[in-house]
Amino acid sequence: MDVINAIVALLNFVIIPATAYGSQLALGALGVTLIYGILRFSNFAHGDTMAFGTMATILITWGLQSMGISFGVLPTALLALPFGIAITALLVLGTDKIVYGYYRRVKAKPIVLVMASIGVMFVLNGVVRLIIGPGDQRFADGERFIINARAFREWSGLEEGLAFKTTQGITIVTAAIVVAALFWFLNRTRTGKSMRAYSDNEDLALLSGINPERVVMITWIIVAALATIAGVLYGLDKSFKPFTYFQLLLPIFASAIVGGLGSPLGAIAGGFVIAFSEVFVTYAWKKVVTYLAPESLEPSGLLQLLGTDYKFAVSFAILVIVLLFRPTGLFKGKSV
Amino acid sequence: MKKLLLATAATALVAPGAFAASHSSEVKIGVLLGFTGPIESLTPMMYDSAALAMTEVNESGNFLEGVTLAPVQADTTCVDASAATAAAEQLVADGVVAIVGAACSGSSTAVLANVAMPNGIPMISPSSTSPALSTAEDNGLFFRTAPSDARQGEVLAQVLTDKGVTSVAVTYTNNDYGKGFSDAFAAAFEGMGGSITTTVPHEDGKGDYSAEVGSLASAGGDALVVLGYADQGGKGVIQSSLDTGAFDTFVMGDGMYADALLADLGGDMEGSYGTVPWSEGEGADAFKAITDAAGVNGESSFTRESYDAAALLALAAMKGGEATSEAIAANIMDVANAPGEPILPGELGKALQILADGGEIDYVGATNVELVGPGEAAGSYREYEIKGGAYETVTFR
Repeated sequence: MDVINAIVALLNFVIIPATAYGSQLALGALGVTLIYGILRFSNFAHGDTMAFGTMATILITWGLQSMGISFGVLPTALLALPFGIAITALLVLGTDKIVYGYYRRVKAKPIVLVMASIGVMFVLNGVVRLIIGPGDQRFADGERFIINARAFREWSGLEEGLAFKTTQGITIVTAAIVVAALFWFLNRTRTGKSMRAYSDNEDLALLSGINPERVVMITWIIVAALATIAGVLYGLDKSFKPFTYFQLLLPIFASAIVGGLGSPLGAIAGGFVIAFSEVFVTYAWKKVVTYLAPESLEPSGLLQLLGTDYKFAVSFAILVIVLLFRPTGLFKGKSV
Repeated sequence: MKKLLLATAATALVAPGAFAASHSSEVKIGVLLGFTGPIESLTPMMYDSAALAMTEVNESGNFLEGVTLAPVQADTTCVDASAATAAAEQLVADGVVAIVGAACSGSSTAVLANVAMPNGIPMISPSSTSPALSTAEDNGLFFRTAPSDARQGEVLAQVLTDKGVTSVAVTYTNNDYGKGFSDAFAAAFEGMGGSITTTVPHEDGKGDYSAEVGSLASAGGDALVVLGYADQGGKGVIQSSLDTGAFDTFVMGDGMYADALLADLGGDMEGSYGTVPWSEGEGADAFKAITDAAGVNGESSFTRESYDAAALLALAAMKGGEATSEAIAANIMDVANAPGEPILPGELGKALQILADGGEIDYVGATNVELVGPGEAAGSYREYEIKGGAYETVTFR
């Protein structure tokens, strides 16, 4: 019984939250890594692109709700998601035309593009706050739980409760579908192959007749979709606040770099590595150990390696270690 | 033409004299609050309430042989200590004899050390609640009509002890307010024999608090004490605790008191409880009557404390017999506390008359003013419990 209690506690406080968080980071890191691989710069505006996409989705969700449209037990935001993606795609294509396109034409160094993306970041920052305000927005509706902690405790007779939120379930399932679709697209379709060719060797790709403008456009549309999906999933699971999304930029970049910039597989692995290590290192293991250890060995302390305030420090420590020993990341991305 | 010139010159000569005469009977009181910055939505109403007390004193005609009080505004910005100091120095240059303010604890600390003490100017803060100000060196110049969070820590610990709760986990918002409050609570609760399983700070403005809740849940306890903000991390921690089933009962400090919190989570928080500074009784009713009559919003936070701060300054000057910084500083404690005739808002004219006749007063004001220790409000708190998704008063402490 104690073993089951320990497993349930571990699932409830570590495995489930970390898996959901890891999926969100992985989707965000995929967007960053695609831009890095194909357009060859680190897009610092990615966090705010996520915020913009989420905002657009929220506004449409509210519109749908006011018309009385709902998605049954699932959140209405999922219905609004395609519209949010379309609006965000228009936005990123617009910024590409106004800002990045010029720097590509003059063949500016990547660092110039990075600086331009910081400018875009600040502008988007302001736009999102102007439209929806700096406050907290909650837009999740439908059934809140797949497994409810109290109900689980009563049903199983265990001491520990197990909670599995609908939004966590949706996050994990959606992330799996999106990742599968993306890999199918990149590896199996003609357009996907041309994107990879362009990423591997730009000159060779141009010589073989690949249209660079088309590759750039499709990349931006995919990135808009990834950013919006990641943002909406994060907002559904937690809550939407522009500043939080700005802060998400740090763990997302850490994930992309740990996995290897430019490598989609690496972005996913990086997302989970960062999420799990953040939660594992800052979790107080007392509860789990108390269930497993014999009574005489019961721990008196909390068995916590680091205080939860050090969450961000964990991501950065991993980042530094990876850069020291494997500068190209776990999955052989481009060296940074 | 010659006559006209003469007349102009004569008027010009007389005019400064006339101004000087009117100035000599007008005493300036600084109202130093964060008119811009994080609490800018509260300060206009606080200013109105302080000005209302001064108007009341002026209109009574009983104040120091026709001397009138004039409020002078200055802005601390709340977040920038050097801006607060500069604003206070400007007030001193303008010749204020006393200051109502500052509003934020950080501003009060800076102004007290840099301006009030070197110039001997007394200040009464209506809203600085940091425990650190209780022990700050003040040469008897700093007072506050808002209670220290140290006091609330004791009250909250007492509430828990009375309910028979002996073991709790604590989470606080990682700033001066949260840290001070948490330390005060921990000292009081452990002093009463309770035990704290763990103390976890949380940052405001994050999306995810599952790591914090994981640690808190692992440490365990009968209830989770949340000393944060209802629209910030405090709410996030409660939400996450409810989702994971880590805690069912929450004990909350004043920052967590908000109708919006109940609207979102009220149904799941049944049986949770907490404390919030609250004024009730005759004083609060009388204050509502005079603010309604004057068209001032008296329901906003810290308006009562602001009115009381300005009233205390005027009464202390009256008691001292002159509107000087020394007289005010020396007499604030005297007029604020018993013995004497109790004075409610709207009765300042009566109070001034009693003082003029050599009597004693005990200023009750809108917040049941009782200055204790180093000149700060003892404060009264409302203990509430969440029942049926609404706040229900248990008792006043």
